[in-house]
Parts: sequence; structure tokens; C-alpha cells
Amino acid sequence: MKVLVAVKRVIDAYVKVRVKADGSGVETQNVKMSMNPFCEIAVEEAVRMKEAGIASEIVVVSCGQQNSQETIRTALAMGADRGILVQTDEELQPLAIAKLLKAVVEKEQPEVVLMGKQAVDNDFNQTGQMLSALLGWSQATFASKIEKADSSLTVTREIDGGLETVEIKLPAVVTADLRLNEPRYASLPNIMKAKKKPIDVLPAADLGVDAAPRLQVVKVSEPPVRQAGVKVGSVAELVDKLKNEAKVI
Amino acid sequence: MSILVVAEHEGDALKPSTLSAVTAAKEIANHAGGDLHLLVVGKGIDAVAEAAAKVGGIAKVLKADDEAYEHLLAESVAPLLVGLAEGYDYVIAPAGTFARNVLPRAAALLDLQPLTDAIAVESADTFVRPIYAGNALATVKMNDARKLLTVRATAFDAAEAEGGSAAIEAVEAAGSSDQSRYIGSELTKSERPELTSARVVVSGGRGMQSGENFAMLEQLADRLGAAVGASRAAVDAGFVPNDYQVGQTGKVVAPELYIAVGISGAIQHLAGMKDSKVIVAINKDEEAPIFQVADYGLVADLFQAVPELEQELSKVL
Ligand SMILES: Cc1cc2nc3c(=O)[nH]c(=O)nc-3n(C[C@H](O)[C@H](O)[C@H](O)COP(=O)(O)OP(=O)(O)OC[C@H]3O[C@@H](n4cnc5c(N)ncnc54)[C@H](O)[C@@H]3O)c2cc1C
Ligand SMILES: Nc1ncnc2c1ncn2[C@@H]1O[C@H](COP(=O)(O)O)[C@@H](O)[C@H]1O
Repeated sequence: MKVLVAVKRVIDAYVKVRVKADGSGVETQNVKMSMNPFCEIAVEEAVRMKEAGIASEIVVVSCGQQNSQETIRTALAMGADRGILVQTDEELQPLAIAKLLKAVVEKEQPEVVLMGKQAVDNDFNQTGQMLSALLGWSQATFASKIEKADSSLTVTREIDGGLETVEIKLPAVVTADLRLNEPRYASLPNIMKAKKKPIDVLPAADLGVDAAPRLQVVKVSEPPVRQAGVKVGSVAELVDKLKNEAKVI
Repeated sequence: MSILVVAEHEGDALKPSTLSAVTAAKEIANHAGGDLHLLVVGKGIDAVAEAAAKVGGIAKVLKADDEAYEHLLAESVAPLLVGLAEGYDYVIAPAGTFARNVLPRAAALLDLQPLTDAIAVESADTFVRPIYAGNALATVKMNDARKLLTVRATAFDAAEAEGGSAAIEAVEAAGSSDQSRYIGSELTKSERPELTSARVVVSGGRGMQSGENFAMLEQLADRLGAAVGASRAAVDAGFVPNDYQVGQTGKVVAPELYIAVGISGAIQHLAGMKDSKVIVAINKDEEAPIFQVADYGLVADLFQAVPELEQELSKVL
């Protein structure tokens, strides 16, 4: 089974982002960039599928600027076989990314597309669902467990009330949640090997899709800052404050 | 102009988040005008439809009651939304896992770019939403003619649950898909209030050390009539089920009182609780970032402080 994994380059999840003074966005100069953590989980799952003899080939794809190649390279070092960069300098929103990915899927013909449930920069949580819709495929979002049968996948999903299990027919799009697995660190030899793995570059403009943004960011601002309160010296003082000062109990 | 609100429900009752989405819809109607309709999808949902009809300000309830919708699978519900969306300028849903799963699928079929997690309505087409785990707020104008969006329940007050008398109209099912099949679910059962709408939330983190130790927090929660939540670390470690997770990629809560126990206060956790009215932190590390947002911080070993807190509360509650 051929597996395609879509990965996004984002500001590292542990960086404290700063809003630019002119309100045009957030500071990206000299900021550590990484693979979106949910995409790492998706890559890890694909690699485990390959190790288990379920996946035959893993193709990673990223849409964005030239430097997204670094992210693809990380996935190759984790164990993916080859990469595709859909290159553009334009801003991409989920519908556009889903359209670009659809074009790649039509070329590559994978049976499964693994993605993250959410990119931790824009926090959209949309692209997998949209790609699945455009392809007319089945979907399982927020996966915490994936098992393959002949022509279907059994997927356990993290939902608001707990867990839900569905069986979806292949081909399918599955988006990864946090508990699906713990991604590995690429070993040094694998990082070296990854340098020799191929990455194809496809100009986004050649894919013939309308990728123009539909959402216009008018401004980006700082959220209101919460003032730190006081330290209390004892449990009794805490209860007294909650009752008589904050009046919440 | 007209607005369709997609209800979140539990088979027999509306979830409180639906009432918040109705308020968001009313705010949009203040700018754009138009009637508010509430869609209830599922199987055997008469009681929910009746509850929906009582919600203040709703002109009509659409009831899509069909076998195909029993488990609200995206492949079946999305085509229903696609058909109904034709008649509306806005489709709005509370940002729970139901809408997150279904709404983008419907949007793509309609060639529309939806907006996730609106927390404020600026005008008929412009909304505010958090990005980067709430470290920045984006004001976003939606340029598509038809607007599909999810809204954060914590950012909008609940609309009146009683007082309305909307007509209930049955809508035809849009056919079902055999692409996916529901196998089963493991839902967390609890007598406690639901996490996202509870007045008080007590959350535990890695500092709890084990699932057994959460019994301590449950006792405290019961004393306060609170829901129990957790950090990602506590969920990953298997102390509590996934649906306890509060944060950027879990649930967003904004109770009157949030008590964080043995939680360090990573930005991803803060993203899910920093709009709480009063925050209490109990942590043995006085440098823990959680203290930067806490109204009342107690530097203490939780294994002493939590039982003591429960004792003290029993004197006053
Ligand atoms: C993509 C992504 C998404 C994420 N989403 C979320 C999310 O939605 N929600 C979330 O919570 N996290 C999320 N995280 C994880 C987040 O970054 C932190 O790792 C996590 O919140 C830490 O949990 P914690 O505070 O329980 O654990 P720790 O950071 O390990 O903190 C434990 C705390 O307990 C204290 N402690 C220990 N023992 C005691 C004791 N006996 N008495 C008192 N205090 C004690 C310690 O001093 C420490 O401050 C996400 C991370 C990523 C990368
Ligand atoms: N630019 C991109 N290139 C490739 N995949 C992407 C891109 N943006 C988002 N994705 C995929 O879609 C998932 C969800 O992103 P989002 O819908 O933006 O929250 C990510 O985890 C990726 O798997």
C-alpha cells in the first residue's frame, strides 16, 4: 500500500511567538522552525506501517516555500522514501492546500493519505477533511489508533465524549491526533541517508488549481495579557480569598 | 440574509455550546439581518428538536432525522449540509469535534474556505480568531459569499434556552454513504458537570503521578460541583481519558474558577484555560509558568495541599 503524508513547516511549537508591531503578522525572522508536531505523528505512523509490512512506499509532500524542503528532509530522515515540494511563495489556506494535495494524489495514486489533525500555527483543523471531500474519499479525523484490514482501515478517533471507532473503506484520508504514537528522533545515519533521497519540486502554478486566499487577515494583535495575582501562604488563606475576595465559592 | 446554526447535541438534549453558537449567530444577524434557523441532525432526535424549538430567537428548526445520521459520520452529514447551505448566507456551528469533522468537508464540497474558532464578531464578514495557541489574535475578513464557521462556545454567552416557539420542519436525508461504518465508542461516563460548560474545573497534570491519584481531585471536584480536566501530559501518561485534555489541541474552558494542580502551565495548556475568571494554581515549583496567569498561587506539594483544601472547603461549603 502506498502512503502519502502531508507535512507543514511551522514555527516550532515551543517558541513564544511575538506579534509584529505593525499588526501584519507574527515575527518569523530568526525564529526556530520545525515540522508541525501532528505531521510528525503522521510520518511516524507511516514509517511504522512500512516497518510492519503494511506500507510499501511513503511519499511526503509539503506545499510552501523552498525552505519547506527542510521539513521534507526531516520526514525522509524519519524513514519516508521520497519527497515532493509543491512550491509557491504565495500564502496558502486550507482549501488551496487541499486542492494542491488533490492534484498530487491524482498523480501519485496512494491508497492512504496521512495528515496532522491541525497545524499549530493557524490552528485551522480543516485540510484533511477538505482533501478527503475533494477526492470523494472516506475520512477519519483525530486518529489515536489505525489498523488495516483488506480494503479498509479501522480507526479509533478522539472525540469530545471519549473515543469512537469507525471502519473506513480505502482509499482514505486519516488525520493524526496526539495519542496515535510517539514520533522517533531521526538517527544520525538516517539523517545522512536522507540527504540522498529524492525530492521533486513541482511549481504550484503548474498544478492548475485556484489557490488564491479566500480569507483576508486584516490585522494580527496581541491577546489581552492576564495579570499574575498573588501567592497565598496557606490552604486556609486560599479558601478565604476564594470565598471573600473572589467570591467564586 | 439567513443563518443556519448546526446544533451540537447528545441524542436527547442540546449541548450548551449550541446556545453559545446561537448568540454568535444573533451577533452576526445584528450586522447582516436575517432569520436564524437551527438544524438538528441525528436519529430519534424528537426531544432535541423540541428543545431547539424553545431556544429564544430561533425562527425555525430543521430536523434531519434519519438512520443515516445515527452516528453523525462525516461522509453522510456533509452532503446534508451541502444541500441545506444553498439556502443560507451563513452556516455556524460550535467548535467541537462534531463540527470540526464535518464542516470543513461540507465547505470543500461547496468550494468555500471556512473559518475555525471565531471568538468575536466584528462585522457581517469579519471575525476574530486565536492563532498560535492563542498567542496572537487574527482579525479575518471572509471573502466567500457564503460563510461557514465554527465558534468557540466560551467566547459567547448562552442564548435563552426557553421562551421561543419555533416551528419544526423535517428535512429529507441527503442519502447515506457506505464509505464509513460506525463500530463503537468508549464514552467517558460521569455524574460530574460537562467540562466545557462547568462553573468550576479542577485539572491535574503530570504532577499527579498516577491515575489513582486523580481520585483526590475527583473528591475535591465533587466538593465544588466541578468537572475534572487534565493537561496533555496527564492524558498521554494514561492517568485519565483523552476527553479530559484542556488546551490548544484539546478542549477550551472558561469557568468561573479553574484550579490547576501539578500543571506547569505550557502555552498549549494556557490556550485552553486562560480565559477562566479566577485561576488557582497549586504547584511545588514556585517558578512554574502557571503562576504567571494564576490569580491565587499556592506553592506546595499537591499531595498535602489537595486533601487539606478539600478539608477546608468542607467547613465552608
Ligand atoms: C502539538 C502540541 C499540542 C499540545 N496540546 C496540549 C494541550 O492541548 N493541552 C496541554 O495541556 N498540553 C498540550 N501540549 C503539551 C504541553 O506543551 C506540555 O507538555 C504539557 O501541558 C505539560 O503538562 P504538565 O503541566 O502536566 O506537565 P509538566 O510540564 O511536566 O509539569 C508538571 C508540573 O507538576 C509540578 N509538580 C510535580 N509534582 C508535584 C507535587 N507533588 N506537588 C505540586 N506540584 C508538582 C511540577 O513542578 C511541574 O510544574 C501540547 C504540545 C504540543 C507539542
Ligand atoms: N502547506 C502544507 N503543506 C502540506 N500539508 C499541509 C500544509 N498545511 C497543512 N497541511 C496538512 O494539513 C494538516 C492540518 O492543517 P490545518 O488544516 O491547517 O490545521 C497538517 O497537519 C498537514 O498534514
